[in-house]
Amino acid sequence: MSANKGLLKEIAEYKWRFTMTTTRKILLMLAGLGVACMIFRLATGLGMATNLNDKWPWGLWIGLDVLTGVALAGGGYGTAIIVHVLHRGKYHPIARSAMLTSLLGYLLVMAGLFMDIGQWFNFWRPFVSWGHTSVLFEVFWCVSCYTTVQVLEFGEILTEKVGTKYHNAFKKALPVLMIVGIVFPTLHQSSLGALYLIMVDKLYPLWWSPYLGLFFLISSFFVGPAMICVETGLAGRAFKHEVPIHVLRGLVRISGVFMVLYLALKIYDLSNRGVFNLVFKGNLEGNMFVLELLLGVIIPIIIAFSSMSSTRKGLITFGVLVSGGLILNRMNVVFTGMSASLGGWYFPSIMEWAVSIGLISIGVLAYCFIAENFNILDHDEHHHKATA
Amino acid sequence: MAKGVLVDITRCMGCKACQVACKQWNDLPSSNPEFKDGLTSPPEMDGYNYTTVFIEVVEDKKNNDYTIRSAKRQCMHCEHPACASACFAKALQRDPKTGAVVYYPHLCVGCRYCMLACPFDIPKYEWDKQFPLVAKCQFCFDPKGKYDRLGYGLKPACVDTCPTGALKFGERDELLKEAWQRINSDPKYIKHVMGEKEAGGTAWLYISDVPFTTFGFRPNLGTQPLPEYSHNFLKWTPIIAVGWGTLLTVLYHYTKRRQKVASESNKDVHM
Repeated sequence: MSANKGLLKEIAEYKWRFTMTTTRKILLMLAGLGVACMIFRLATGLGMATNLNDKWPWGLWIGLDVLTGVALAGGGYGTAIIVHVLHRGKYHPIARSAMLTSLLGYLLVMAGLFMDIGQWFNFWRPFVSWGHTSVLFEVFWCVSCYTTVQVLEFGEILTEKVGTKYHNAFKKALPVLMIVGIVFPTLHQSSLGALYLIMVDKLYPLWWSPYLGLFFLISSFFVGPAMICVETGLAGRAFKHEVPIHVLRGLVRISGVFMVLYLALKIYDLSNRGVFNLVFKGNLEGNMFVLELLLGVIIPIIIAFSSMSSTRKGLITFGVLVSGGLILNRMNVVFTGMSASLGGWYFPSIMEWAVSIGLISIGVLAYCFIAENFNILDHDEHHHKATA
Repeated sequence: MAKGVLVDITRCMGCKACQVACKQWNDLPSSNPEFKDGLTSPPEMDGYNYTTVFIEVVEDKKNNDYTIRSAKRQCMHCEHPACASACFAKALQRDPKTGAVVYYPHLCVGCRYCMLACPFDIPKYEWDKQFPLVAKCQFCFDPKGKYDRLGYGLKPACVDTCPTGALKFGERDELLKEAWQRINSDPKYIKHVMGEKEAGGTAWLYISDVPFTTFGFRPNLGTQPLPEYSHNFLKWTPIIAVGWGTLLTVLYHYTKRRQKVASESNKDVHM
C-alpha cells in the first residue's frame, strides 16, 4: 500500500489542463451569473426570483431543464444498448462522449429540479415517505438511481487517469452497471410523459394520450443519435476530432426507424381517439402540433433515409431538427397544451432564464474540461491504453 | 362514513360570512381587498384564502333578464383525490373516516404536482415565502388538534356560520339523497349534482339553477377517478423493469459469445 500514492495526492499531482478561449470566457461569465441567481433564489424563495404563479406552478425549469434535459440526455442509454449490450463495435467511438453528455445532462437536471422545489431542504423526503401512487415517485427514484449509476460508470473512465488502483474494480462492475443503467432511464423517460396522464381534462387532446409515456420513451431514444450528431459536430470543431460519417449515418438510420414507428403510433393514436381533425383546425395548438411533427419528425426521416445523411451538413441538419423538434414537443406539452385550461399568464423571468442558461453553460464547460483531461473522444478499446 | 357538505347555490346570498369564518378559524392573515367584476373578493383563492365566494351575474335568456348568483368554492375533498395520488411524499392524504383530504406540511417537498393534478384547481402556493407551503381547505379537520372541528364532532367553520342554510353538513350519502329530492321537487334546478360522480365523486356536492361553469367548474370533468390513469401506467413498472433487465442481460451474453466465437474462428470482427 505504501508504494501507492494516496488518492488525494494523486489528484493534486495530476497535470490538469483547461485551455482558455473567448467562448469559454463567455460561458464562465454566464455560469457565474447563473450561480448568483441560484443562490438568490434559494435564499429568497420562488416568488421573488420567478414568474411562477398559482395558475402556472410549473414553468421553464420543469419544462426545459427537466423534461427536455432528461430527453436530450437520453443519448447515453440508447448508445449503451447499441454498444455495450448488442456489442455493435462500430459505434464505439461515440460511446464515451454520448455517455458523458448524458451524465452531465442528468446532473444538470438534478440541479434544475433542486431549484424548482419550494422546500429544498426536504428533497430527500420521498426516499422515506413513499408516495408510490405518484408517477413523480418513479421519476424521482429512477433519476436519482440512474445519476448514481452514471457517476459509477464514469468511474471507469476517471480511474484511467487518477485513482488507477481502483480501475479494475470499476471495469468489472461495468456490465452490471450498464444494464441497470439502461433499465432506469427506460422507466423514467416514459414516466416523465406519464406525469401528464393525470391531467386528462387539462392537457390538449393532441398531446394527452394514454400512450404519452410511450411517446416520451420513443422520442428520448431517437433524439439520442441526433444529439450525438450535434455534439460531435461541435466537438469536432473544438477538439479537431471527427467521427467517421458511416458511424453517424448508421446511428441516424436506427433513429429514423424509431421515428417512423413514432409517427405511425401518433397517427394511430389520434385517429383511435377521434381527434385527428384537431390537427388541421388552424388554431395555435393544431399549428404547433403540425410544426413539431413536420420539422422534428417527418423532414428528419426524409434526411435519414436519403443521400443527405451521407454528408456532414446533412447529419448536423438532422441533429438540429430532431433535437429542436423534441424541445418543441416538450414545451408544447408543458405550455401550449396546457394554456387553454390553465388560463392566466406566464413568461419566465430574467432570473429563470439566467439560471437555465447558467446551468447549460456549466454543462458545456464541464464537458470541455473532462474531454480535455480524460479519454473521451480518442480512446482505443483494443489496447486499453492507460494514457493517451 | 364519509362526511360531506351540500351547497345549494340558489340559497346563497353572497354574504361571505363563510369566507370570514374560514380565515378566523384557520388563523389566516388578512389582505387588502381586490375585486373581480367589482363583486368577488378576493378574485381567486390563494395561499392565504382557502375559500372564496364567487359572485356572478348570470343572463337569463328566456326572460331577457339578469340574476346574481353566488357560490363558495374550496377543496372538494374527492373520494379518490388526484392530489394525494400525485404527491410523491404522501404530504396529502385522505382521512377515510371523515373523507377530509389533509395536507401534512412536514412531508411536503414543494414540487407543486398536486396543483396541476387537481381537476378543480384547488391547491395554492405561498409564493411570497422563502420556504413556501401548499395551502388548501382542510375540511376543518386537523389530526394534530389545533384547527380541528370535525374530530370533535363539530361542523366546519364555514357551514356553522352560514345564515341562509346554503351549506349543509352531514353524511355524504344522505346529503346526496336530499340533493336529488330538492332537484326533483323544484323544476328550477339543473338536473345534476356537481360532485356526485365528477372525478370519481367528491365530499362537497353542489346543486344549482345556473350552469356550474359559471363558478369555474370545468365542463369536461370525467367520472373516472383520476388516480386510475397513473395506476394504469405504474402497474407495468415492475414487469418492465424485470423483463427488460432480463432481456438485456440475455442479449449482452448472447452477443458477447457470438463475438468470441467469431474471433476464435479467426474471422475479422471489428470490435
